[in-house]
Amino acid sequence: MEPLLSVRDLKMHFPVRGGLLLKSIGAVRAVDGVSLDIAPGETVGLVGESGCGKSTLGKAIVRLSNPTSGSIAFNGRDITKLGRHAMRPLRSDLQMIFQDPVESLNARLSVRQIIEEPLVIHSRGNSAWRRQRVDELLERVGLPKSAAERYPFEFSGGQRQRIGIARAIALEPKLIICDEPVSALDVSVQSQVLNLLLELQQEMGLSYLFIAHDLAVVKHISDRVAVMYLGKIVELADADTIYQNPRHAYTRALLSAIPEPDPRLRKKRILLEGDVPSPINPPAGSAFGHRIGHPRYEETIGMDLGLAELEPGHWVAADPCCLTPEDWEKARNSRS
Amino acid sequence: MSDEEPLLEVRDLITAFDTDAGLLRAVDQVSFQVKRGRTLGIVGESGCGKSVTAMSIIRLLPQPMGKVLEGQVMFKGRDLQKATDAEMRQVRGGEIGVIFQEPMTALNPVQRIGKQLSECFLLHTKMSRKEAWEASIEMLRLVRIPAPEQRIGDYPHQLSGGMRQRVDIAMALACKPDLVIADEPTTALDVTVQAQILDLMKQLQKDMGMSVILITHDLGVIAETCDEVVVMYAGRVVERAPVAAIFERPLHAYTRGLLDSMPKLDTPRKSVLPTIPGMVAGLADLVPGCRFCQRMGREGPVLRERPLFEEIHSGHWVETCPNCFEEPA
Repeated sequence: MEPLLSVRDLKMHFPVRGGLLLKSIGAVRAVDGVSLDIAPGETVGLVGESGCGKSTLGKAIVRLSNPTSGSIAFNGRDITKLGRHAMRPLRSDLQMIFQDPVESLNARLSVRQIIEEPLVIHSRGNSAWRRQRVDELLERVGLPKSAAERYPFEFSGGQRQRIGIARAIALEPKLIICDEPVSALDVSVQSQVLNLLLELQQEMGLSYLFIAHDLAVVKHISDRVAVMYLGKIVELADADTIYQNPRHAYTRALLSAIPEPDPRLRKKRILLEGDVPSPINPPAGSAFGHRIGHPRYEETIGMDLGLAELEPGHWVAADPCCLTPEDWEKARNSRS
Repeated sequence: MSDEEPLLEVRDLITAFDTDAGLLRAVDQVSFQVKRGRTLGIVGESGCGKSVTAMSIIRLLPQPMGKVLEGQVMFKGRDLQKATDAEMRQVRGGEIGVIFQEPMTALNPVQRIGKQLSECFLLHTKMSRKEAWEASIEMLRLVRIPAPEQRIGDYPHQLSGGMRQRVDIAMALACKPDLVIADEPTTALDVTVQAQILDLMKQLQKDMGMSVILITHDLGVIAETCDEVVVMYAGRVVERAPVAAIFERPLHAYTRGLLDSMPKLDTPRKSVLPTIPGMVAGLADLVPGCRFCQRMGREGPVLRERPLFEEIHSGHWVETCPNCFEEPA
């Protein structure tokens, strides 16, 4: 099937300026060569520690920022270089839901104005039709009609997130980038919002790029999961596979760090020392190998650590520091 | 359970806030005990009174609105509610350490971390400045901050979130407290860093023999670290039990609801998650009776009369509302 979204070797670098004349002295390699496809109706989960570039990738895809290099194709059309004007008609197909529904809703607008705004911008219907549409949308996301005339501050976090979702689906998009949509919510509210997102996907055939750091949540909602580390995808596979049979050392460490809600399972964790290294001038070789001080790190300098297909649909970075010797052998063979 | 004197005992604590809508009870008759060397978890959704309970214990409620109306907080045999302000200052940071949720706001941004750390020693011990500085470096080493001699001269903004949380822990532990109150210590952190911090806290607890009150909304964190759990809902304790019992035999509908609504790694993908319908009522609208029944939209006498809090099994206490209390078969 033709993918809905196709990202190829996307890079998003930000210059670091310093010195007397604020010359560029380096670059934050926030996203450093990411390739990813999303099929119609599919959910791809994107996980990783803070600072790994997952939000930057999401923003680059909806072209809220201009990628440094690489390409983004949406619905078969290259949108990498489209200007603001040319992007506008596409925005109805590409929407975003943000982590913090407090900051992402304009506090001075009523809920009706917030949800109606995309309809107005894209000149959908007349005002009577839009009025009715907003009422429908509110009902769809589980808010009372009376909510329309109220303001964001009058709602709880979960309800505000519903308002954000109503706004995102107003134009019947094809792809929604969900940037940590449930991270700020309590578990009971989180499950309500997850259920809503799943229902909407069924009804509208939506695709999601679901960015989150809660791995249990990501597994629940996703078809495939991509694990990101320091600007690169290090493992990409079917959601069940990646959790049952992670191949990359970083994925394993990340999974073992999740506290399981079962006291019998108190487990021996793989503890990662230190924090995510800085994406300013990252290590020359395997970034994760560098963090764990792997003896084969030196070998990886200058090596192509791109993804290799270990099993059908299971991609992993071909990195001798992060794979078992057998997998490394396999990865090398599959790439040659 | 032994009859050993608990380190901390909270008895019928009622804390209220003076607002325009009147005196509102954020904590309504909460009781629990913390034994020596043990970890007690307090879990519940935002606004259920977890943090207010903790702040009532160490008397750091927002002033002048927050007041403890009734109840005792017995710490090592004396009532902290009756202690003078000067005595409380000795208790806080001395015998009771506090770790706050937001490591950015808990540290003073314009002071080097060394100065903030040595302050604990200068206030609570007879150390000289130089000794306090040395002791601070030792504390940073203890919480596994690399190159502590250099880091000690840093300002908080120069450290990452995980590092700042370690400094915060170092400050809380500096004077070898008997009790540490950790209010959502890992909520703002990545899972990998969370794992490091929880591991560190466990290790230090083992070495120093302190008790911990861990406040969190993450049941996974509770399962991994706590010995006993208090489940709070709308200002009250609805269930209190050893950690295994809470997860294996939850007796209250709210506890079950919380456990069920969490996606687990073995939940079938894309299945509909159980949810808890409705929302917690605002403080001003809470009924005197069973508040979980109120959320579920039930009516009648259950909303008028407060359910009894009873010990159903040894050490397993629950609010025995006829609708919400259920003994699993």
